[in-house]
Amino acid sequence: MTAAATQQIMTINMGPQHPSTHGVLRLILELDGETVVKVTPHIGFLHRGVEKLAEYKTYHQFITLTDRLDYLAPMSNNLGYVLAVEKLLDIEVPKRSQYIRIIMCELTRISSHLLWLATHALDIGAMTVFFYCFRERETLNDIFEMAAGARMNLSYVRIGGVARDLPDGFVGKVREFVNDFPARIRDYETLLTKNKIWLMRTKDVGVISAEDAINYGLSGPSIRGSGVKWDVRKSEPYSSYDEMDFIVPIGQNGDVYDRYIVRMEEMRQSNEIVRQAMDTLPKGDYIADIPDVALPQKENLKKSMEALIHHFKIVTEGICPPAGEVYSCVEAPKGELGFYIVSDGTKNPYRIKIRPPSFVNLESLQKMVEGHLLADVVAVIGSLDIVLGEIDR
Amino acid sequence: MADVSAIGKRLKAKFPNAVTKVKTFRGELTISIDKDYIGRVAKFLCDDKESAFDYLSDLCGVDKSRLDSSDTFEVVYHLYSMKQNHRVRLKVEIPASNPNIDTVTDVWKTADWHEREAYDMFGIIFEGHPNLQRILTPDGFEGYPLRKDFPLKGRQPNSLREVYRKGEK
Repeated sequence: MTAAATQQIMTINMGPQHPSTHGVLRLILELDGETVVKVTPHIGFLHRGVEKLAEYKTYHQFITLTDRLDYLAPMSNNLGYVLAVEKLLDIEVPKRSQYIRIIMCELTRISSHLLWLATHALDIGAMTVFFYCFRERETLNDIFEMAAGARMNLSYVRIGGVARDLPDGFVGKVREFVNDFPARIRDYETLLTKNKIWLMRTKDVGVISAEDAINYGLSGPSIRGSGVKWDVRKSEPYSSYDEMDFIVPIGQNGDVYDRYIVRMEEMRQSNEIVRQAMDTLPKGDYIADIPDVALPQKENLKKSMEALIHHFKIVTEGICPPAGEVYSCVEAPKGELGFYIVSDGTKNPYRIKIRPPSFVNLESLQKMVEGHLLADVVAVIGSLDIVLGEIDR
Repeated sequence: MADVSAIGKRLKAKFPNAVTKVKTFRGELTISIDKDYIGRVAKFLCDDKESAFDYLSDLCGVDKSRLDSSDTFEVVYHLYSMKQNHRVRLKVEIPASNPNIDTVTDVWKTADWHEREAYDMFGIIFEGHPNLQRILTPDGFEGYPLRKDFPLKGRQPNSLREVYRKGEK
């Protein structure tokens, strides 16, 4: 026994197979009694070398790999990557496809936040919310399936637009969801927002100041919980977000509760964005008519020889953007998702760097849990809303 | 998005020897910095009122050996300013044979994990980094996977299938 017998530091291991670490996150916790002295995250269990793989794929092929980063918000990843390629190519996409992208991305944000709420509440001990959230996610998955044909890895966005037009009945189904959803959020809030146990578990836990949040590179709802009013959709609008009317909710104290409040309000705002985008959905093409780089509309393949040739050439040979480099970012549900692409003018990207929001957000865990109780670690991880798929890549 | 072209000039006025190249592509400003100055430039850009790059969006390495056969690595910094709402990209070239560069963790704490990742993937040594260890690859991993001379299928001696086949014999 060491000299300081009164202060015994115990090192314990949490994860990687622990339900509240949201995937394969491993934490080495150094505890003094029940108080956390130090936490060391170990990541990389899900490392698949996506950035290396990208260098051997064509620009179109890589879209499917982006689904597997943040697998709870595949549309945002698709869009982030495709916007970077479009910036590199310097092309404009049709208004209709921009609006479809907004609708799908905001539905994805709701879907991602629902899963966050479900698991976050479950971690802290509120079981009912879990079932409610998954009920709504089921509807959303049906909607995604209608448009993209898949429920999880959508790969719906294409360079120059989206894969196919919205199917018949899609708008009606989404409208139904959008009209129901505000009442659903009220249901969740009656269970949590003023719940005494919830308040005790989340108020003044995992506090991070605005300055620290910026210095640690937090983004998304996690930084807005600390009162920093920064949202990429507002500061650097992409895909016609500047035509949408919505507010960016912020917290004040930067604790777990504030991050919870911010995400709840964000779901409402996303719901309103979807409603607006549906009301003003323009008519026109869903993918740009740029034969060299954008896949032709699927319907034209049966009618036009040129379309078939272009389709064949793009799929077999790929596209060759000009040499250069771009960085483009979007507001994914977890925060700023950036893609840095270096092109050497060939059909494969020379280098792709993904800036995953969860990776950077997780970095500040140490700062947030120091001096708190072991049980608070679970609450803080939940409030950061991490996905190991994009942390490890 | 604010106009960023003035930043290159300001930086040049402050550190005449530091800036080697200023380029704009697709509306993005890229400033190439001499290796010895990166610490000072980072501090200046962060504290300076007009630049106010308080947010490090991203930091990564690039292996340029197949791009211009120069045998150099590049460390690329993507900076963002919350106050001014503008972005800039800094690039620092370092020789592949001796990939050393000063850390920027004392300016932006978020650089910690980014630099560990660049070390893990490219073997770039960030001098002064508080805890420069591998971050994504497993314990005992050898080599630097994102270097261009590292094969896609890896360098592990046997694939699992070969290991199993040997066991059968």
